[in-house]
Amino acid sequence: MIAFLKSLGQLKRYPSAVGGIIIIILLIALAVYAVSTIPYSEAIRLWRGGEDVWGESPRLAAPVWVDWFNRQKMSHSIIVSSLDGTAERTETDGGKTQLLTFPVHYAYDNFPEEIVIFFTSHYADKPPHVALKWYTPDGREIRITETSAKAAQTYRPGQDSKLTRRLKGTVAEMGFFQDPESETRKVLKGDYKMVMEIHTFEQDSTVDAKLVMHGQVSGLAGTDDRRRDLMVALLWGTPVALAFGLLAALGTSVTTMIIAAIGVWYGKWIDATIQRVTEVNMILPFLPILIMVGTLYTRSIWVILGMSILLSIFGSGIKSYRAVFMQVKESPYIEAAKAYGASDLRIIFRYMIPRVIPMLIPQLVTAIPSFVFLEASLALLGLADPVLPTWGKVINDARSQGALFHGQYYWMLEPAVLLMLTGLGFAMLGFALDRIFNPRLRGL
Amino acid sequence: MSLAPGFSVEQKVSERMDDSTALPVNETGSGPQQKRVSGFQRVLRFTARRFVALFLTVLVGVYLTIVIANMGGAVDELRKGEIAQSIAMGVSMNPEMRRLDPEKRAQIIEEMTRLQEQRLGLDQPFAIRSLTFLRNAMLLDLGFAENLTSDSGSRFVRAIILERLPPTLLLMGMSYLLLFFISVFFALYLSRRYGSFLDRLVVTLAPTSSAPAWFYGLFLILIFAVFLGVLPYSGMVSAPPPANKFVYAASVARHLILPVAAVIVAAIWSSTYSWRTFFLIYSSEDYVEMAKAKGLSSREIENRYVLRPTLPTIITNFALLLIGLWTGAIILETVFNWPGLGRLFYSAINIYDTPVIVGETVIYAYLLAVTVFVLDFVYVLVDPRVRIGGGSEGA
Repeated sequence: MIAFLKSLGQLKRYPSAVGGIIIIILLIALAVYAVSTIPYSEAIRLWRGGEDVWGESPRLAAPVWVDWFNRQKMSHSIIVSSLDGTAERTETDGGKTQLLTFPVHYAYDNFPEEIVIFFTSHYADKPPHVALKWYTPDGREIRITETSAKAAQTYRPGQDSKLTRRLKGTVAEMGFFQDPESETRKVLKGDYKMVMEIHTFEQDSTVDAKLVMHGQVSGLAGTDDRRRDLMVALLWGTPVALAFGLLAALGTSVTTMIIAAIGVWYGKWIDATIQRVTEVNMILPFLPILIMVGTLYTRSIWVILGMSILLSIFGSGIKSYRAVFMQVKESPYIEAAKAYGASDLRIIFRYMIPRVIPMLIPQLVTAIPSFVFLEASLALLGLADPVLPTWGKVINDARSQGALFHGQYYWMLEPAVLLMLTGLGFAMLGFALDRIFNPRLRGL
Repeated sequence: MSLAPGFSVEQKVSERMDDSTALPVNETGSGPQQKRVSGFQRVLRFTARRFVALFLTVLVGVYLTIVIANMGGAVDELRKGEIAQSIAMGVSMNPEMRRLDPEKRAQIIEEMTRLQEQRLGLDQPFAIRSLTFLRNAMLLDLGFAENLTSDSGSRFVRAIILERLPPTLLLMGMSYLLLFFISVFFALYLSRRYGSFLDRLVVTLAPTSSAPAWFYGLFLILIFAVFLGVLPYSGMVSAPPPANKFVYAASVARHLILPVAAVIVAAIWSSTYSWRTFFLIYSSEDYVEMAKAKGLSSREIENRYVLRPTLPTIITNFALLLIGLWTGAIILETVFNWPGLGRLFYSAINIYDTPVIVGETVIYAYLLAVTVFVLDFVYVLVDPRVRIGGGSEGA
């Protein structure tokens, strides 16, 4: 045991091992952070949410750090609402006419992606009447629209053809912010405001409104085509990937080792059966069986995990462990154990298996990334877990929505970088462990 | 085959370590208990035993595949439902039938469904059907696909597979053969220059191979197709396909660059690393030191004392690689839209086309069995330490 710990201490001498350990610790920290800040059910609710959850977030917005690489400042999302007090409410005419003022400070070089105005109003019979106007910093006044505010309503100025005609053929997203002096389409920076004049016809009738200007960038991770913040998937993908990789690698290698030890110790028909099962399993197509299970039964990540462990147990690993156990079985100390009358199971678990653990550890660590990538591979075939957000699913979404063709590189690169980091971290550590524990490799 | 693409690397390392500790591969047991028999008899007995064992392995493996691909008979139920629905639709659309009274019509529908099920053999229980499937599969009578057709419209599984074979062989053959030869020769070169900058570079980069080929494929597409725009995104040939044969070949070659590069970039470092380590282990043997002391040239040492004892492993790897080509790479082919066997397999699974799934698997199983069988004899030729039938026929 002490020798074992001492060998672990040798890791310090391998820079790649240190790098790997640092990456793994960071990933574990990220996983813990994800699980503690976003509970499981919340993560699923967010990831499965539609417009109700993500209405305020823009579609296909790049991450904010894209700005750092461009001279032009991309537009951020601006949300002004009368509900949280960011819009100012003034009452005139004894409460019958209300003015809602939505101040908008616009200092970006690009136009907003999309402008949406959400109304909610309370009334018994007659809906209140609202008139919307847009004021630019250079003092122009643009009439947006007049309408009666139904209980819950959404108005998109960009899709209003009358408004577009009034803006001389430019859509509202551009027309509102365009500098009239410039030849090219340029943003006039400054303080804008939208004023909403509300006429109510009943005593307690009120109107609330929210002005949402979707930007081109949003959050540290950006959003996808369904307005979801990718950060949810990136964060939650970490514990899922680590758990899948660790459990699968652990389950596979430990079981394989135990089965190989039992086969070698008892020999005869048990050994022969294990050998034959391994050979049959080598013929069975691994990935296709997983795909079949995913297509015909369930896509739950835990079932897929169980299947991958089951199919990998009788892999070629059994043959290599068997070769090692054959040598161990002939060692004098095993004979000594037999002589004092140790039981079969005692010999297997107390004498044979501990001897092989140094061989197990590097294999276990290097097997983790392959299972992490296996999950991503299945996701790429559309067989990911239906509810859990995973990195593979984000890559699959990005691929199927043509992110690369449309220039939304962040969408594919973010999960890919995380996958790569996970792979590298465990592989770097595993390779170093292999060199420490495998005496034939030492110094090579 | 039995593992996803990403596995190959670690596997090779561990297999190789195994081989190096326990060569000769087959004969780990010791031979003294063996009765003395004449050489020819021994060879005969060994051959027969191996043959029977491998045949049984293939039989069981293929049967399991049949059961799994049919989901233990669940696919039959799906198919029965499909038939009943399509016949009911057909009858209700037929104006002549519409005039019949409902009872009569139901009877006709039932009769037609029964006939159709009988024609497809669906009236028999799955246990019996699976045995028929097994016999046909083992006789390589691959039969008809349920829904898939080849591009020429044929329903023969054989025709479908043969049509998809050339693209897969082209892609996988090109990439894996290149990978194999580059890494073996690069590794030999490195093992001579142990500790050099290149050597350390390979050791450092080896962990990057933990990501599978399709993963690097995405990055290659991003760089060479999106940013630089010099190579096509995916597919096998530009559309419409050029009429001129040479232009066609050039177009295929251009489409081939990225997927082949993806495979090589993904695996080259760790593959070279493991081969290099393997060669290094063998070049630190005493007899190599002895040869050095005798003053033999490094080329002679390499040929006689390093390559010779490692030959069985090299051959095994090469042979397994060759049959590994058969299944193609499902995900790589999906990412690059390559019309090969891997994607065929995937689409077959998606529409429950069991004959195609079983057809591909049975051919793979046979190829694997034949290769293992042949390898047993090849070892005898290349490794004088191995004697046919010597020791237990365990591994």
